[in-house]
Order: sequence, then structure tokens, then C-alpha cells
Amino acid sequence: MSYAFDFSDLSQYADVLLHGVVVTLGLTGVSTVLGGALGVVGAALVLRGPAWLRWLIAAYIELIRNTPFIVQLFFVFFGLPSLGIQMGEIEAALLAMTVNLAAYAIEIVRAGIESVKHGQYQAALSLGLSGRQAFRYVVLPQALAAVFPALLSQVMIVMLGSAVVSQISVQDLTYAANFIQSRNFRSFECYIAITAIYLVMAILLRRLCNGLGSGLFAGQKR
Amino acid sequence: MISIENVSKWYGQFQVLNACSTAVRKGEVVVVCGPSGSGKSTLIKTVNGLEAFQQGEIRIGGTSVDAPNTDLSKLRSHVGMVFQHFELFPHLSILDNLTLAQLKVLGRNKDEAADKGLRLLERVGLKAHAGKFPIQLSGGQQQRVAIARSLAMDPVAMLFDEPTSALDPEMINEVLDVMVELAQEGMTMMCVTHEMGFAKKVAHRVIFMDHGQIVEDERKDEFFANPKSERARDFLAKILH
Amino acid sequence: MNDFTIWDMAQGLLLSARWTVLLSLIAFVGGGLVGGLLLVLRLSAGAKVQAMIRLYSEIFQGTPLLMQLFLGFFGLPMLGIEVSPWLAASVTLTLYTGAYLVDIWRGCVEAIPRGQWQAAASLGMSHGQQLRLVIWPQAMRIATAPTVGFLVQVVKSTALASIIGFTELTKAGSMLTNAVFQPFIIYSMVAALYFAMCFPLTWYSRVLERKQGLALKR
Ligand SMILES: Nc1ncnc2c1ncn2[C@@H]1O[C@H](COP(=O)(O)OP(=O)(O)O)[C@@H](O)[C@H]1O
Ligand SMILES: [Mg+2]
Repeated sequence: MSYAFDFSDLSQYADVLLHGVVVTLGLTGVSTVLGGALGVVGAALVLRGPAWLRWLIAAYIELIRNTPFIVQLFFVFFGLPSLGIQMGEIEAALLAMTVNLAAYAIEIVRAGIESVKHGQYQAALSLGLSGRQAFRYVVLPQALAAVFPALLSQVMIVMLGSAVVSQISVQDLTYAANFIQSRNFRSFECYIAITAIYLVMAILLRRLCNGLGSGLFAGQKR
Repeated sequence: MISIENVSKWYGQFQVLNACSTAVRKGEVVVVCGPSGSGKSTLIKTVNGLEAFQQGEIRIGGTSVDAPNTDLSKLRSHVGMVFQHFELFPHLSILDNLTLAQLKVLGRNKDEAADKGLRLLERVGLKAHAGKFPIQLSGGQQQRVAIARSLAMDPVAMLFDEPTSALDPEMINEVLDVMVELAQEGMTMMCVTHEMGFAKKVAHRVIFMDHGQIVEDERKDEFFANPKSERARDFLAKILH
Repeated sequence: MNDFTIWDMAQGLLLSARWTVLLSLIAFVGGGLVGGLLLVLRLSAGAKVQAMIRLYSEIFQGTPLLMQLFLGFFGLPMLGIEVSPWLAASVTLTLYTGAYLVDIWRGCVEAIPRGQWQAAASLGMSHGQQLRLVIWPQAMRIATAPTVGFLVQVVKSTALASIIGFTELTKAGSMLTNAVFQPFIIYSMVAALYFAMCFPLTWYSRVLERKQGLALKR
């Protein structure tokens, strides 16, 4: 057990690593925006939409929550083309991540909306706001503030889970790890280093979002 | 101004409102009282359409509240409502609480709305708090802001649902003072409250409700001097001890 | 060559699902032991040990499970420790599960009001007795629903073991796809099998949650 650690030649792969970080963060960022937006729309529909649509959304949520992300990804990337729906690796990864995040986001945002007291909605209506305006300006901001931490940790889960997109050849950070270790044969160092990069990204993301959250939702500490 | 005719409402089998009829004329102050669960909140919320009802009719200035072609939002924007638990919007500053509906409903511009908001805050003695958030104010202050928020819409009538019952005793008067002033300026008001001092001072009429019915609807002096029903007498005895 | 019927494929997948179940059980039981042990340490050991346990859950929760599996499977041999996909997957998933469970359970213990500890202490109980006789039983009741809920995540996470060559349900799906080119049907069936394993757990955890909500209201 006299193994000599050697991280020295990782530095020559800096551009590969950087590219991986950018892809991972990019995929996470885009799917967060899309999945978050779908989460809000979906939550509104679950609470107010027609019965058949609520049923459909509930089924979608259950399906996503009770199957592994990697199977969802393979289904999108390998399965859909046989229905004639062709797409590249990046698109497939984005689609799978967005669809996955949205399912959780709907549940989270719905719980947030339900946590806003009904009196707030009534007060908004009594001022003459329409139902839609009351939702947009009064209920939703409070709901999002209440569930911001839960949404954030779901985004984190999606970011860490996105490591499997390397399996469909998306050149993310994990792909970079596999690429580098196949060149320098120092797999242990390589995986350690890249695991550490993920950890730092997760910590920074949480810091950033917490700062953002307390700025956005100033004055609402409960 | 407000006419309520034969209004009935059910929750499933349970009848909350039983053929309620009354009217509030322009400039009139009407106090609604009665035991808890008698349907006071429900009645006052039917007036601006926050609660639906199954029978009867309610008109505000001639417009029927539940007619299909009524623009309910527009109607509500002319009728202020103050809630038991204030219901200030916690994510907005005090001033933004006052300007939100001015901007989004009345279409006023930012300066106009802020100007109006600040004038009303000054009127309720809270101009210095314009930049704070609701959570930073006491209950009494929050309720005064809530009144100012309604007034910012230039309402033709105001509805109050137990505006002081969630307040600590020492804060009740600061809110009542604002309400008294409003009444003396000739605002049309319908107030659910158990503050009989307020009723004696400014009310024109007092309505007493029990089990979803309007049991008494009398001129103030009449009501306090000799309440007709047993139930109202009991209630007054308890509340005035 | 392509004369596999849907039934043949389903049968193959169903058989491989046994390994998913087995790996889930190993991870859950192993993770439960690790989590339980660490929980006791967190509640009673000194600040240094507590900080180390916090670091452990932070690392396993803050990094991709896939990387953890790579480290276990490709990394350890570099240090001279030979591991099979079986062992690597079992150990990694156990550590991963433990890192989550210790946090979930600690949350449950902390949810018990301070007054309960104080009441127990005022009766003259030692720290251990307070924990065992008063706090534990209450914490266990609130812990069941989130624990069963987390079990769903464990089952799903075993799918990643396929990437290091462990032949469970997902891997069987990929291999079958390569043999019979019917990815749409095969991955649909794979998803359906996972759903069949996970949904009952999800449902049960929800039932428990509702029961508990009612109990708390009373
Ligand atoms: N959403 C509801 N569903 C069923 N019953 C209700 C609902 N809201 C109020 N009630 C019942 O209607 C009655 C009148 O309520 P309310 O108008 O709030 O009374 P008050 O304001 O006079 O105390 C009460 O008995 C209450 O329990
Ligand atoms: Mg009431």
C-alpha cells in the first residue's frame, strides 16, 4: 500500500476540465430556468386547472419520482428516436433534466402556494386585483420565498445527478474525468480531483443562492 | 349604496346565512354584531363577492354583485375591506402595499400612486414607516396601514371585519380613532365589531345576527335602549358586563 | 435473430430486477447501520467527532453518486485493493445511504421539543435514558415516513451501479437493447419495473405522513 499520489499532470488538462465545468453548469442553469418555470405553471394548473389535466400532471409527477433519472435519460436518448423524435446528446440531456426537475418543482411550488394563507388572496381580490393578478403579485412571491430552500436543494440534486449524462457522451465534468484518466492512467487522483470540483460547485451554488434568496425576499423572515 | 335582499347561503347542508336583508345608505355607518359563528364574516364577505351565495341579491350602487356580466374586480376596487388579521402583503414594503393595486388595478402611474400612498400614511400617522416591511410594525400599526391601503383606492364604501379583535388591548384605540375619523367625514361603512363604544359614538344603525339570521336591525339609540329580542339582550349583557 | 417476444424481454428484465432489489436491501440495511451508529455518535460524542460526521454527510450529499462509484471501483484498485462491481456498489451505496439517513434521523430527533429533554432530565434520567426512553420512541414515530420515502431514492440510486458493470435492471435493459434493437419498448419496461418497486414505497410513506399529520393535530 505504498501509493504515491500525483496530481501534478492534471494541470495540463485545465481546458478539458473548464469545458466540463461549463457544460455541467450550463445544463444545470438552463434546466433550472425551464424546470422552474414549468414548476410554477404546473403548480397553478394542479390547483386550478380542469380535472383531466390535474390527473395527467399527477401521473407525470408519479412517473418521474418513481423511476431513476438514468432510465429517463436513456428513454429520451435511445427510446424516443425510434418514435422518429431525433435529438442530439445535449438536447436529450436538457430535456431529461428539465422534465425531471419540473416534476419535483411542481410539487414543491404547489406546497408553497398552499402554505400562503387564504386571507392574503382574499385581501388581494378585495383591492380589485383579478384572480390572476392576485396569484402573480401576492400569492406566488410568498410561495416562492417559502419554498426557495427546497427548490434550491432540488436544483443541487439535479446538478449532481447530471453526472450520468456523460453516459450518452455529453462532455460534462464527469466526461472530462473519464477522458483524463484514460489518458494519464491516474484514475484515483483524477476522480478525487473532479469529485472535489463538484463539491466546491455545490457549496458555491448554495452560497450564491442563499445570498440571492435573502436579497430577493428581503423583509420576509418568518 | 349597499342593498342586501333575502340573501341565503349554505355550506352543504349547513345554512350559514338565512334570508338576510338590509341596506346601507350613502354616508351611513352600520355596525354588525353577534356571537361567534353567527355568520357576520360570511355576510360582509358576500357584499364584495369574496363569498358566493345561493339565493337573494346584493347590489352596490345599483350593480348586482353576482350577475354574470358584472366586473367583480372593478366593483371590489371601489369597496374597501379591512380584515381581522390585517392581511398586509408581507413580501412588499409598506408603501408598496399601498401602491400595488393603484398601479395594477387603477392604472395610476408610479409617482401618483406613491404620492397618494404617502399622503394616506401620513394621515394614519405612519409616514415614517413607508420603507419598512409589515413584520416590522406592531399589530395596531399594521391595521392602520391596511385601512390606508383600502383608502388609496378612493372607495365609495368600506367594509370592516372585526378590525380590532386580533389586537392587544392597548392598540385598539389607535385603530378605532382612524375609523371614527372616517365615519365623521361621511364614509359609508359596514363594520363587524364588538366595540360598542365605537358603535355608540358613530354608528347610525346596529345589526344583530344570530345563527345566520339578522335578528335586529335598529337605529343605534333604539338598539341600546331596548333591544327587542332575548338573544340580543343576553348578548349585550355579556359584552357590556 | 430478432425473434425475442415482448414476454421474453420482460422475463429477462424481471429476473435482473432481483439484483436491484438485493442491492437496495444491502444499501438500506448497511446504510441504516452506518446512519444509526453515526447518529448516536452525533448525539453524544464531542465536537470533533461531530464535525467529522457532518463533513462525511456533506461530502456524500454534495458530490455525484456516480463519482463516488467511480472512486470505489476504479480508484481503490490503484491503491492495491481489488474490488468487484458487487463489492464496490455495495460499499459505496451503503456509505451514500448512511450519509443521508444520519441527517434525516438527526432532523427527527431535533424535531422533538426541548421541553421533552428537560422534562425527562427533571425526572432524574441520565442523558442516555433521556434519549432511549423519551426521545427515541417519539423520534422513531416521526422518522418512519421520511425513511420509507428515502428508500425510494435508494432503489433509484442502485441504477447507477450499472455504469460500473453491475448487472441489475438498468444494465440488463442496456444489454438487451444492444441485442434486440427495441429501445423504446425495453426502456419503457425498465421504467415500469422501477415504478412497480418504488411506487408502493412512495404511497406507503405518504400514508404514514398523513397519519402522522393527524396525530400531530390531535
Ligand atoms: N368554508 C366553510 N365551510 C363550512 N363551514 C364554514 C366555512 N366557513 C365558515 N363556516 C361556518 O359558517 C359559520 C359562520 O362563520 P362566520 O361567518 O365566520 O362567523 P362569524 O364571523 O360570525 O364568527 C360558522 O359556523 C362557521 O363554522
Ligand atoms: Mg368572523
